[in-house]
Order: sequence, then structure tokens, then C-alpha cells
Amino acid sequence: MIEVNSRKVDWVENESVSELLKRMRYVFPLVVVKINDKLVPRKDFSTVIVPDNSRIAVIHMISGG
Amino acid sequence: MNKKKLDKIKKKLRETSVGIAGLGGLGSNVAVSLARAGIDRLVLVDFDKVEKKNLDRQYYFLNQVGKLKVEALKENIGKIDPEVTVETFGLKLEKDSMEKPFQSVDVVIEALDDAKTKADFIEEIMLKLPDKPIVAASGTAGYGHSDRIVTRCCGNLYLCYDEHAPSSEDDVLLAPRVGLMANWEANLALEILLGEDK
Repeated sequence: MIEVNSRKVDWVENESVSELLKRMRYVFPLVVVKINDKLVPRKDFSTVIVPDNSRIAVIHMISGG
Repeated sequence: MNKKKLDKIKKKLRETSVGIAGLGGLGSNVAVSLARAGIDRLVLVDFDKVEKKNLDRQYYFLNQVGKLKVEALKENIGKIDPEVTVETFGLKLEKDSMEKPFQSVDVVIEALDDAKTKADFIEEIMLKLPDKPIVAASGTAGYGHSDRIVTRCCGNLYLCYDEHAPSSEDDVLLAPRVGLMANWEANLALEILLGEDK
């Protein structure tokens, strides 16, 4: 089991960050992702594997300032 | 007014510095709010010049149109409190060197406009200055819906966030909501600098 933005979600073996985002239907192009408080750079989304029991924060950046 | 508490806050803020990336609707209002609160030093970064259309939400005046935002804002802060030290960088933040102006500040504020630049900036600060608290904002466009705004914290990232807000590319930016989020960011910065208000 993993926790994505405080929601309990099944853990999938060998799932990358981009696959998880797709499974969660997070389609926003610009997100900041942290796994257990550690930042995952966007360039590594397809190679970093989500570990079991991890807490994932997905933050969606929206234009405007 | 609790004078003892105020004196303690002012004393602490006289030892602190904040860096602001972007001096539009968010950044210019964050800077003024923190200057009024009594921050010692502000590091301001923006490459843009003041345009007439900015005056609908940004802390500039008609007679400043055409001036660099860093210079115009320094001037305005000087009129509020000349004791505040203002360091200016009139440059565009470029990937791979975005953290440079912010190395010596206590808190970094992301006040940029474009979503991609925001994400790039937050990533770079978190990777290169991992111990630095960073305050960011996402979801400023539109009006109303004040109570959809929340604070989200993860590690050293503190976000003023409305995940249901539209993008400014498809919507509008107006003074009340942008100002609300700017002051939300400034308030988060104070909380980080002073500790929780118990």
C-alpha cells in the first residue's frame, strides 16, 4: 500500500512515477513530486520506481502570478 | 496591542532575509507586505519592466511605467521603510543557475507566473539548496473561491495552493485573489521565520 496525496492506493511492483501519475489520472503536465519528502526531478519520472509503503506528494503547478 | 510580543517579533525580523523570485502580482505584494512587517533584507529578482497593464494587481505606479521592476519596487519599499535593505537582480532566472541569487537568504519565495518556470524553479531550489525553506503559490487565477485556498507542506516546501483554480492562460488575474495569495505567501514566510504563533 502507498499513500498518494493522503489517499491510500495499492502498490504496484516496478511501477515508475510516470506510470503512477497515469494510473492516478493526474494528467497535469507540470507537477512537483516528492516521495517520502524527497524530490523526484521531472526528468527522472520514467526511471524512478515507487517503493512500497511510501508517501507520495503530487503538487500541480498552475500558471498565474 | 501586545507590545512585548511585537518588540520580540520586530527584533527577530531585523535579523532575517527573504528572497523573492518574480515581481509580478505575487512578488511585488509579498515584498511590500514583508517590508511593512519589518524584515531586514529583501533580495528581489525579476528581468521585466513595469507596464501599464501590470497596475491592475502589481505594486507599482503610473509614473513607474518603463522602469525595471526591481528598481521601481526598491523605490516603493524605500518610501515605506528606508531601513529595509533591498538587493536587486534585474535578470532572467535561467535553468541551472536559478538558485544563485538566493544562497544567502533565510526563506525563498516563488512568485513566478508561468507553470513550467514555477516547477523548474521549485525543483532547482529543492535540489541545490535542500535545507532552504521555499514558499510557492499555485492557482491564483479567477476571483472568489477564497476558501478553496489551502496551505500544503511537504518537507521544506510550503505551498499556497488552490488545485481547482484555472490556469491564467485561460482565465483572468485580478488584484483581490492574487493579493490574497501573495499575503498568504508572506504570512507563511513569517511563520517559518518566527515559528508557529501559539
